[in-house]
Amino acid sequence: MIPLSYFIILSLILFVLGIIAFFVKKDLITQFLSVEIMLNAANLAFITFSKSASALDGQIIVFFVITVAAAEVAIGLAIILLIYRQKKSIKTEDIKSMKG
Amino acid sequence: MTEIFWLIPFIPAISSFILVIFGSKLPRKYISFQACFAVFISFAITIISFVGLMQMPQGSSPLVKNLFSWIQSGSFKADLSFQFDPLTAVMCFVVTGVGLLIHIYSIGYMAEDKSYARFFTLMNLFTFSMLILVMASNLVLMFVGWEGVGFCSYILIGFWYEKHSAANAGKKAFIVNRIGDAGFLLGIFFIFIHVGSGEFSAINEAIAGGSITQGIATLIALLLFAGATGKSAQIPLYVWLPDAMEGPTPVSALIHAATMVTAGVYMVARMNALYTLSGTGANVVAIIGAVTAIYAATMALVQNDIKRVLAYSTISQIGYMFIGCGVGAYAAGIFHLYTHAFFKSLLFLAAGSVIHALSGELDMRKMGGLRKYLPITYPVFLIGAIAIAGVPFLSGFFSKDAILTSAYARGQYGIWLLGILGAILTAFYMFRLIFLTFYGKERLEPETKAHLHESPKSMTIPLVILAFFSVVAGYIGMPVVLGKNINWFNSFLAPIIHGGPGHEAHLSIGTEWLLILVSVLVALTGIYLAYVFYLKKPEIPKKLVSRFPFLYKLLYNKYYVDEIYNATFVNPTIKGSKFVYKNFDLKIIDGAVNGSASATGFFGLILSRLHTGLIKDYALVFLLGAIILIGYLIF
Repeated sequence: MIPLSYFIILSLILFVLGIIAFFVKKDLITQFLSVEIMLNAANLAFITFSKSASALDGQIIVFFVITVAAAEVAIGLAIILLIYRQKKSIKTEDIKSMKG
Repeated sequence: MTEIFWLIPFIPAISSFILVIFGSKLPRKYISFQACFAVFISFAITIISFVGLMQMPQGSSPLVKNLFSWIQSGSFKADLSFQFDPLTAVMCFVVTGVGLLIHIYSIGYMAEDKSYARFFTLMNLFTFSMLILVMASNLVLMFVGWEGVGFCSYILIGFWYEKHSAANAGKKAFIVNRIGDAGFLLGIFFIFIHVGSGEFSAINEAIAGGSITQGIATLIALLLFAGATGKSAQIPLYVWLPDAMEGPTPVSALIHAATMVTAGVYMVARMNALYTLSGTGANVVAIIGAVTAIYAATMALVQNDIKRVLAYSTISQIGYMFIGCGVGAYAAGIFHLYTHAFFKSLLFLAAGSVIHALSGELDMRKMGGLRKYLPITYPVFLIGAIAIAGVPFLSGFFSKDAILTSAYARGQYGIWLLGILGAILTAFYMFRLIFLTFYGKERLEPETKAHLHESPKSMTIPLVILAFFSVVAGYIGMPVVLGKNINWFNSFLAPIIHGGPGHEAHLSIGTEWLLILVSVLVALTGIYLAYVFYLKKPEIPKKLVSRFPFLYKLLYNKYYVDEIYNATFVNPTIKGSKFVYKNFDLKIIDGAVNGSASATGFFGLILSRLHTGLIKDYALVFLLGAIILIGYLIF
C-alpha cells in the first residue's frame, strides 16, 4: 500500500510545476498546457482524498473537472487561434491591448 | 336654504374648469353665457343666503360650514370651512353683484379679442378666489384666496402678454405683492403660535379672553397690515397699481377697483378685535390710510392717462377705507368699500367705453368734447364722478362722510384734516377728467374720430345699472343726524365688530351738521376749481406749471418713487444677483460639480496604471490572492 502522503506530494509537485511553467514560458500554448497540469494535479488530490475517506464525492467532482477542462480546451484553443490570426504571434508580451 | 351658501365660490370654479378644458372648442356666445351665468348663480345664492341670514334671530351663532379637515399636522389644524356672516354677505354682494355686471360688460368689450375663452376662464377663476378669500372661516384658507386673487391679478394684468409693458406690469404687481404677503404669512404664523388656531372665532375668543398681550397684538396687526398694504396698494407698496392699468379695462374695474384691492380693508375689518386691542396697530392703519389718501390724490392731479387717474383715485379711496378701519369705525370703512365698488367700477367701465369708442386712445389730451358723441357714457360717467366727489345724496357722500365724521368724533383731527384735503383733490381731479374728456375743444385724431361710436348694449346696460346703484347704494347707511336707527348698515355689521374703546361716537347734533356742511363745501370747491381751471380759464394750469415747474415735475413723475425703488431695491438686487451668479453659481456650484468629475477622472488615470494588459501580471495577482486566502484559511 502506497502511503497517502506520496499522492499528495506528487499532486503538489505537479501543481507547483504548473505554476512555474505558467510564469516562465512565454507562449500561450505552453501556458495553456501548464494550466491543464494544474487542473490534473488538483484532480489527483481529489481522487486521493476520495479514496482515503471512502466517499465518492471527490471522484464525481473530478468527472466534472475533466468535462469542463475539455470544453475549456476547445474554447481556449479557438481563442488562441483567432489571436494568432490577428497578431501573427502567440507571445504574451504582444497581447496587451487591454493596457490601461 | 341658507345651508347652501358654501356653494357660492364653487360655481364659478366649475365654470372656469370647464372653460379651461373645452374653452378653445366652444363657440364664443356660449363661453360668455356660461361665464356670466355662473356668476349669476353665485349672486342668486348670495341673495338666498342673505335672506336666510336676515331671518336668523339676533345673537345666534354665525353660519359655518366645515367641508372637511384640510391640514392636520400635530397641533396645527386647518379646515376647509366657510362662514357667512354680515361682513361676508356684504363682500359677497360686491364680488358677485358688481362682478356679474362686469362680466356682462366684458362680452361687448372683449368681443374682438382673440383670447376670448382665456379671458372668461380667468375672470371666473378670479371670482372663485375672491369668494374663497371673503368666505373663509380661518386665516389659512383666507390666505389661499389671498394668493389666488394675486395670481389672477398677475395673469390678467399681463393678459396681452405680447405687449412688453403689460407683461412687465404683471410681474411688478406679483413681486410687490409677494413682499407684503411675506409679512402676512408671518402674521399668520404668530397667530398660530399664540392662539393655536387660525379660525376667526378662536382668534376673537382668545382676544376676548385676554390670552394675547397688547405687544403681541401690535406685532401681529402690523405684520398682517403689511400684507394689506401690498394687496390694497397703500404706501409703501402701492407702486404696482398704476402699472396694472395695462390690463383690459374690465379687469381694472373688477380686480383693481372693486374687489381684490379692497381685500386688505376686508382683512382689517375681519380682524377688528385684534386691531382694537393693539391700538398702535389701528393708529398705523389710520395714518397710512390718511397719508396714502392725500398722496395718491396729488399724483392723480396731473396724470394724462385716463385709466391712471382712476388708478390713483382708487389708491386714494382705499386710503379712506383704511382711515375708517384705523379709527375704529370698521362699519364705515366697509361701507365705503361697498359704495366705492359701485362708483369706481362704473368709472372704470365708463372709461373703458370711452377708450372703446376712441379705438384704444388713453390720453386725455387727445379727447375733449365727447359728450355729444357718447350720449349714454357721458351721463353715467358724470354720475360716477359726482358720487366719488362726495356731492350730497349720492352714495360716495354718505360713506366718505361716515368715515370723516368718525375720525373727527374719535379725536383724530389731523387725520380728519388730511381726509378733507384729500376730498378737495378728489373732486378736483375727477372733474378735471370729466372736463378734459367730455367738454372743451375736440382734440381727437382725425382717424379715431372717423370710428367714433357709442358702445354696444352689453356695455351700456351694466353702466346704467351701476350708475343707478352709485346713486342709491348709500341710502342704507345714512348719517345718524337724519334720524335714529337710520343707519341700517351699521346695525347690520354690528355683530362682527367686537367692542372696544370709542365704539360709540359722541358728537353733538350741531357739530355733526357742521362736519357734513364742511364736506359738502369741500366737494363743491373742488368741482368749482376744476371748472375754473379747465373750462373757464384753461390758461391757468399752464401758468401754474410754469410758476411751479419743480412741483409739477415732481407730481408728474409720481414723486420719482419708481426711480427711488429702482435705485434702492431693484437695481441692487439685480446687481447682487448677478454678482452671486458670477461668483457663487458659476464658480462654487459649477466648480464643485465639474471638480468632482475631473477628480474622478484623475484618480481613474492613476489606478489605470495597474492594468498592464499582460496576462502574467494578472495571474500573479491571482496567485498572490490565492496564497493569501489559503494562508488565512490555515492560520
